[in-house]
Amino acid sequence: MSQHFLDQFLFVALPYVCLFTFLLVTVARYRMQSYSYSSLSSQFLENEHHFWAVVPFHYGILVVTAGHLIAFLIPRTILAWNSHPLRLYVLEVSALAFGLLTLVGLVGVIVRRFSNTKIRTVTTFTDWLLFAMLLLQTISGISVALFHPWGSAWFASNLSPYLWSIFKLGPDVTYVAAMPHMVKFHIVLAFLTIGFFPFTRLVHVLVIPNPFLWRKPQVVRWYRKR
Amino acid sequence: MDVRSQVSMVFHLDKCIGCHTCSVACKNIWTDRKGADYMWWNNVETKPGTGYPTKWEDQSKYNGGWHSNGNGRLRIKSIGKARIVPNIFHNPHMPSMDDYYEPWTYDYQNLFNAPEGSDQPTAEPISMIDGKKIDVQSGPNWDDDLGGSPLYAANDPNLEGLTEQQKLQLSSVERLVFFYLPRICNHCLNPCCVASCPSGALYKRGEDGIVLVDQKKCRAWRSCVSACPYKKVYFNWFTGKSEKCILCYPRLETGQAPACFHSCVGRIRYLGVLLYDADRIEDVAKLPDDELVEGHRSMILDPHDPEVIANAKKCGISDGVIEAAQNSPVYRFVMEWKIALPPHIEYRTLPMLFYVPPMSPVQASKEDDVIHHSSDNLFHDIDSSRVPMQFLANLFGAGHEGVVRYALAKQKAVRWHRRAETVGDIDRETADRMLREADCTREEAEEIYKLTALCTYEDRFVIPPMHREQAIEMMKEPHEHREETGFGFVGGPQRGM
Ligand code: HEM
Ligand code: SF4
Ligand code: SF4
Repeated sequence: MSQHFLDQFLFVALPYVCLFTFLLVTVARYRMQSYSYSSLSSQFLENEHHFWAVVPFHYGILVVTAGHLIAFLIPRTILAWNSHPLRLYVLEVSALAFGLLTLVGLVGVIVRRFSNTKIRTVTTFTDWLLFAMLLLQTISGISVALFHPWGSAWFASNLSPYLWSIFKLGPDVTYVAAMPHMVKFHIVLAFLTIGFFPFTRLVHVLVIPNPFLWRKPQVVRWYRKR
Repeated sequence: MDVRSQVSMVFHLDKCIGCHTCSVACKNIWTDRKGADYMWWNNVETKPGTGYPTKWEDQSKYNGGWHSNGNGRLRIKSIGKARIVPNIFHNPHMPSMDDYYEPWTYDYQNLFNAPEGSDQPTAEPISMIDGKKIDVQSGPNWDDDLGGSPLYAANDPNLEGLTEQQKLQLSSVERLVFFYLPRICNHCLNPCCVASCPSGALYKRGEDGIVLVDQKKCRAWRSCVSACPYKKVYFNWFTGKSEKCILCYPRLETGQAPACFHSCVGRIRYLGVLLYDADRIEDVAKLPDDELVEGHRSMILDPHDPEVIANAKKCGISDGVIEAAQNSPVYRFVMEWKIALPPHIEYRTLPMLFYVPPMSPVQASKEDDVIHHSSDNLFHDIDSSRVPMQFLANLFGAGHEGVVRYALAKQKAVRWHRRAETVGDIDRETADRMLREADCTREEAEEIYKLTALCTYEDRFVIPPMHREQAIEMMKEPHEHREETGFGFVGGPQRGM
């Protein structure tokens, strides 16, 4: 019974709290403090190890995040792809490889921030907390990949329906209740990170530059009508 | 014809005494803040020298400016629509703090708090970033007045194309020479900083052409820092935003000259409006190197021409601004007299700050221990001046000497004309011959002389009416905001949330 309540709390209440926090705070922050939306780059202060930390981390995390999104959005296509064992292995191995790339980069990011006193002065408590969460998330993700194989298959078949049930406002925890502890941990931490997201530097992900692709090269602002 | 107005500038290098008053005025007003501590929106360099940031003109290192591939395509060297993906995480050509310098202060407290000992306590230099003691190795103007230095002067990127002999001359003790190059943002017509910003945070103000960074839209992608070939966009390491010279627009809007202009001791700075044809920006920026100076001039319109005036009015330029353009000292230096030249026009950003190239001491010849300064060639001191013409041409003529020689010859002719008038050691005939050879008339010489030597505040700065009060009223109703804290930032800018 208490397990039931715990599941309800972790996989129904918590996700909604986190998702709403995410929505409300990102919008409010953008509207009231758009100045604070910045990637807060530290390349200027340290340019030697920067490449080896920030670049692998981003390539890793972007592919991994995209993978999660795809499995969430088009689970059936993934299942169809996986129907052939060789293709399943290719998918799993590349997912693991990008997970490891994320880990290497993230460790690099943390070590670089910690060891360089100049960068440490521009690192806040929120940053450290965020790095800790991302590190735990990456490690738990990699261990899920290692110890609970064929995640691409069971994510598509079991977790996607759960996530969809959340978004359709009819939460159904039966899919997750039977998951191993490590997977549950990964899910809970994911929602916590989403809830924490708008309070951190992660908001830079939401303002990735798109106008660049279609605007004219020169930008002119007029104060009178033309 | 799309007529626009641009607040433009002339720096008369022959008058700069290298006092750095301009830099300090700017620092005190704008960049005396955490994160901006290392920035010098206005800096004064010794040339030949490596400048600030170190070797900023070496585009093989910084990759700034535009590239024209000759068949009609212009691209930013450091970033493009495809290259944005790899470059955004780590900008390969971005200068880091080491290329500028690490700002420092002194541990003054130690003078008061040091425990009693046998030595006098000292105030050691400490970093303004992490507060640690630093061993200061370089700083802005570290090479001040070090013309001839093998470490600085010898590494000036403008020495390219000089013969070995010329380079040696520049560093031989009897002949070493240097001049000053004060620099601010050029508020370019084809600004690379603006074009490179992935977020579109940088923009050029339509009415006056001032180039600004919208602090609320800047997301620290740092493209502008790499793209500006003059290295005049700076990254604020604390707030995580790019910043640059704002041409003191709050001062301009209230009719005052920018602080560096106002405080200039040598009175080398001039400011005024130029009207130009914005339709031609792209075509001109694509011209081959040797046509750039002329092409740039050809975009600038004659504010006395009735057709230009009619078009300007059609494009919404107010009578006050047109009048300011007609009285602009910049127009006279750049267009009428053609003695002010754009710096490094080969970067193709079409800078709107022009320099009158400096005269330099004569290279004397020595015969039997007698030093000779004269020669049959009236312009010998220009052709054999101690700063080789090629060096100045690399700075102000995209490597071509013609325009630089023209500007120097005219300056020299004006001097001789004045000597013939006042000192009398030169006969009128010789002076007139020089004027003729320098493509100058007596009247023009008098005017150049007046605007160079006798200029008042009003002569140097012809600030157009900016009508910002009307512009603001169009967007905001001031009465609605009465008794509020004002519009704009709510709370001071800070790092992150
Ligand atoms: C979508 C495209 C993204 C872009 C264009 C982007 C861009 C950037 C940039 C420019 C920086 C500053 C790096 C520096 O110079 O110090 C940065 C830092 C960072 N980004 Fe991203 N990012 C993206 C996605 C993400 C994602 C999905 C995450 C993680 C969930 C993430 C997490 C971080 C973190 C933790 C840092 C700080 C790294 C450090 O300490 O230097 N980013 N990002
Ligand atoms: S000098 Fe640099 S910062 Fe200034 S407008 Fe030109 S490109 Fe932009
Ligand atoms: S204040 Fe004027 S004279 Fe002095 S260094 Fe600056 S530009 Fe030159």
